Amino acid sequence: MTPTDSDASGLPHRPARTALRRGLAIAAGQLIIGAAGLLTGVRAIWSGTAPKAEQTLYFANHTSHGDFVLLWATLPPDLRARTRPVAGQDYWEASKLRHFIGHDVFNALMIRRDGTGEGGNPVDQMKAALDGGDSLIMFPEGTRNTGDDVLLPLKSGLFHLARACPRVRLVPVWIENLKRVLPKGVLVPIPLACTVRFGAPLALAEGEDKASFLARARAAMLDLRPEYDRVDPNGRDGAGAAP
Amino acid sequence: MTALSPSAWTTLKLFGGIFGVLALASAIGALLRWRVARGQPHPVLDNLVARVNAWWVMVAVIGLAFAFGRGGVIVLFYLISFYALREFISLAYTRRGDHGAIALAFFVVLPGQYVLIWIDWYGLYSLYIPVYAFLILPILAAVGGDTQRFLERTSKLQWGLMVCVFCISHVPALLMLQIPGFEGRNLLLIAFLVIVVQGSDVLQYVWGKLLGRHKVAPGLSPSKTWEGLVGGVASATALGASLHWATPFNPWQAALMAFVICLMGFFGGLVMSAIKRDRGVKDWGSMIEGHGGMLDRLDSVIFAAPIYFHALRYAWVP
Repeated sequence: MTPTDSDASGLPHRPARTALRRGLAIAAGQLIIGAAGLLTGVRAIWSGTAPKAEQTLYFANHTSHGDFVLLWATLPPDLRARTRPVAGQDYWEASKLRHFIGHDVFNALMIRRDGTGEGGNPVDQMKAALDGGDSLIMFPEGTRNTGDDVLLPLKSGLFHLARACPRVRLVPVWIENLKRVLPKGVLVPIPLACTVRFGAPLALAEGEDKASFLARARAAMLDLRPEYDRVDPNGRDGAGAAP
Repeated sequence: MTALSPSAWTTLKLFGGIFGVLALASAIGALLRWRVARGQPHPVLDNLVARVNAWWVMVAVIGLAFAFGRGGVIVLFYLISFYALREFISLAYTRRGDHGAIALAFFVVLPGQYVLIWIDWYGLYSLYIPVYAFLILPILAAVGGDTQRFLERTSKLQWGLMVCVFCISHVPALLMLQIPGFEGRNLLLIAFLVIVVQGSDVLQYVWGKLLGRHKVAPGLSPSKTWEGLVGGVASATALGASLHWATPFNPWQAALMAFVICLMGFFGGLVMSAIKRDRGVKDWGSMIEGHGGMLDRLDSVIFAAPIYFHALRYAWVP
């Protein structure tokens, strides 16, 4: 497969690599999807929208390193092939294996949160990828939520992307239970049923300001939670959790 | 290869009967869809057809396990326990500090129980979860240092293990009972339990759909009616009595056993519904198309299995 082929098929541009490496990446991808399914019995619930072959920015809550794997695994294969997770370069380029998984299997968009990456700051990188026709998976909290809060305050990146790329569908996603499967700092994951809920796409309204758009995006994510999960056991509803 | 033994013939006859019933159910489902729904989506009928289709799969899986004998049955129920526990814990409130205890429950307690069943160590497998897991899991959680809702968290894990592992493991444990004159035919004890319990569920559903007016527990389950309960239990008891030729029981003993199994099954369904209501969910999961989760299908077996096991052990095992 040459770069020209992949351009012609509409897939994101990738550097040429050997067929063996490509085959390995596909096999590893299937293995990861299979393992995720076996461990979490993950299922996707689409409400207010359906999987569509349109350019999409999925924005999800982020509680575990496995988040984008799970989201990616629940996408239909044809959408999966054109959807790239946004991932932290410092983590995914720390070893050869991670590099292989990050680049070859997930075709992740590597960003540096401190903005020292090749493509400038993360929002510019994501915008460039969206302009290039990719669909993206991003976590608007900006960091992993390892505390007791339901959802951290959203960073402004989502707003800037919504303004810069108005044609892209913005689909809110709620990933349920994964935090309990593999909390921070444990070695052994426990098998719990996980659900990935996709909601109705959000659009930036005419003249809408940052705060109100982010509040709507946040509410759209929280509304995807199943009813029995709406009452937070700690008495925090997540809305006023900003530090 | 040896020729089929008499017990294998009995098992085949039972499966033949189940195939006949399922074929009839599929035919009725198709007929109703054609006459009543006329090709349009129809929630009740679509659910009925989905349920029957799931039954085909479940019967095929049990048949496959039976074909592998004791090992196959133990592995099957190990997997059933695993998925049931996963459903239970997924809906239970846990905290970061429970991670070690839950991992131990899934990866040590659960396989351990089935190893004890496999080696037929009755003295230990009846105490392993009620005593040892009961004491050790809360120690692990306490060492974690997080005391928030501690009693609730530890008791939910213990309940999950009792219901999903301890109770369910009594089904394969039936294989190890030594009943004089019934050697080598213990798979039929499982077949009797499963046919009567699930038959009771199905018959309660059928009677309830046909005649159901008065709800048994409106706050718990909208589908459980007195008409369904009485009709279902009576007909499933008759079904049990009619299967006495495949069991160590005479017709009256088979009827009594079936009656006890049906009652425990019914109340098991009620208790498991109460837990679901408390959590605000309708189904435990979505594993089995049309039925819900593994626990939705098994709630009645869970409560019937240990009672059936002990009744057999005390009255039929010398």
